Amino acid sequence: MSRARSKKEESAEIESDIAMEEAPTSHQPEDEMSVDQNEDEDAGDVEDDEDEEEEEEEGQRVRLLPGSTPTAASFEFLNEGHTLGNALRYIIMRNPDVEFCAYAIPHPSEAKMNVRIQTFECTTAIQALEKGLRDLQELCDVVSEKFIDARQKFAENSS
Amino acid sequence: MSSLKSIEKASVLGCLHSLFQSPELTQKLKAHRSAASRMQACKPGTGGQVFLDSAAVQAARDPKVLLQEFPVEPTTSSANPTINPNLVAMPHKPPTKEELERRKIVGIHEETITDVTSTDFPGHYPGEDHSWDIERFRRGFRVEFHQNDPFEASFSLIGIDASIANAFRRIMIADIPTLAIETVFINNNTSVIQDEVLSHRLGLIPFKGGYEGLHKFLKPWRKPDDESQVNNSYYDYNTVSLRLEVKCEHNEKAAPGETDPTKLYKHAHVYARDIEFCPVGRQGKYFSGENAIAPVNPDILIAKLRPGQEISLSMHMHKGVGSDHAKFSPVATASYRLMPVIQIEQPILGRDAEKFARCFPKGVIGLEKVTKKEAAQKGSGYEGHQGELKAVVRDPMRDTVSRECLRHDEFKGKVKLGRRRDHFIYLVESTGQWKSDDIFLAAVEHLKKRAQSLEKQVINMVR
Repeated sequence: MSRARSKKEESAEIESDIAMEEAPTSHQPEDEMSVDQNEDEDAGDVEDDEDEEEEEEEGQRVRLLPGSTPTAASFEFLNEGHTLGNALRYIIMRNPDVEFCAYAIPHPSEAKMNVRIQTFECTTAIQALEKGLRDLQELCDVVSEKFIDARQKFAENSS
Repeated sequence: MSSLKSIEKASVLGCLHSLFQSPELTQKLKAHRSAASRMQACKPGTGGQVFLDSAAVQAARDPKVLLQEFPVEPTTSSANPTINPNLVAMPHKPPTKEELERRKIVGIHEETITDVTSTDFPGHYPGEDHSWDIERFRRGFRVEFHQNDPFEASFSLIGIDASIANAFRRIMIADIPTLAIETVFINNNTSVIQDEVLSHRLGLIPFKGGYEGLHKFLKPWRKPDDESQVNNSYYDYNTVSLRLEVKCEHNEKAAPGETDPTKLYKHAHVYARDIEFCPVGRQGKYFSGENAIAPVNPDILIAKLRPGQEISLSMHMHKGVGSDHAKFSPVATASYRLMPVIQIEQPILGRDAEKFARCFPKGVIGLEKVTKKEAAQKGSGYEGHQGELKAVVRDPMRDTVSRECLRHDEFKGKVKLGRRRDHFIYLVESTGQWKSDDIFLAAVEHLKKRAQSLEKQVINMVR
């Protein structure tokens, strides 16, 4: 029950965070970023309709932190921790277009996890994050598949 | 040129330290700066060892030849016009098999450990392609089972990074849902155990039930936003009802002079098996007969009573996750350890071998007789020891890596201990609601779902 309440509080907090404009701005011009966001918009539009049926009105859990530029961005994930943070960090670091990736849990009593991604000019931080999440899904498929095979073989050998 | 050839021979794990101590070699190496720049310097702490590839030496002679001989592997992003330092073409010989093996080992020394972190990232080794590739992962990844029982499974994941392996472990403990007693309504409790303590004990009892019903039919219960609607939020698909009614009485048939309370009284002990399942709605269909919801271990002692004392309560079970409360964790433990590596570098013979074997748990080190062939081989260290016992590594997986063998002078320099960084030996002990191997599969599936939902979230965010 405390969970539901804290969720509410958090989302309220985020809204106030967004409104706050005093956040540190980056050395890079801000208009660059808005351009980038428009580009990605078109790509995301297609799959959109299916999602909403499946998911049970889950609020937005990922946001871009202020001061982000296309190639150097920080993301805030709500209700995520070391489990996904470290796995995601690893898989993003394996991307050769990524210059830097790290994750942090700023405070243990807040269910928040931050990911910092800096890429080379050939891609954007958002694309790198999306690729990381996709790679992670593929990895899980391979692990499942090989695990089931090995279990089957073990059962055959021991019987 | 003969001295250069000797470098090539010692290429795999030559010790730079000793090379530089030879003055003529130092001269040669200085003359070939370009060669030296391409040497693969190992991380500090490996005893100054250097991976000096023969290609680099050859390059010193004729750099053009090298460029032709070792074309840089084309990568997907190399077509990109922007400069990525990771992909700058660099003449480099692919690492040898031995080198790749060596990179995987975490060194364990008497007081220290070395090479703890993974190095398989793009840019770590210049000129090598370490970018993520699912096909390469598929080729390098392996699962081996050691044991697969419902309550205990042990298996190895080989060729995976610690961050992923740890995610699976954490998910098994904290994110796989199980059914447990969440609310206890106490009608009467005149036993010596307090209501809250009794409730807590009840909550920790692991329960079992039909697979279909537990994993497909039952859904987690969520508290309604409107507090007054709580009583309308319990349905057959999110709440399981249980009852416990026990009253302790004198046993009239007890023999005179009997001192055992279990014989002297009826229901002196309250066990988990006394809990009664009360199916509601469709639960009758999913949880009937064999599939009924019941404690995994019927002999768990809940309370002790004396004549006149009574426990009368009803309970609600919900599905929950371990991150909320440990009673919802499907595992007693889910852990992994890295595969131990024991390398015997020089022969350990006779009484030393027996002592060496005693430094390890049973079965790790075996004793074998030195064969005629080995004894005949010059420089093997076995000359003239035919028929003596020598220590061999039999089953390193059983080792606890106690480092006992490093404490004895007679084994100094003869043995190297380590662990394989990408070989995880899991041990999953289920509490009984799930099968152990299914818990792991559920964890993998869970991580996939999480990544999937976040991918959608990221796409949403951009919009």
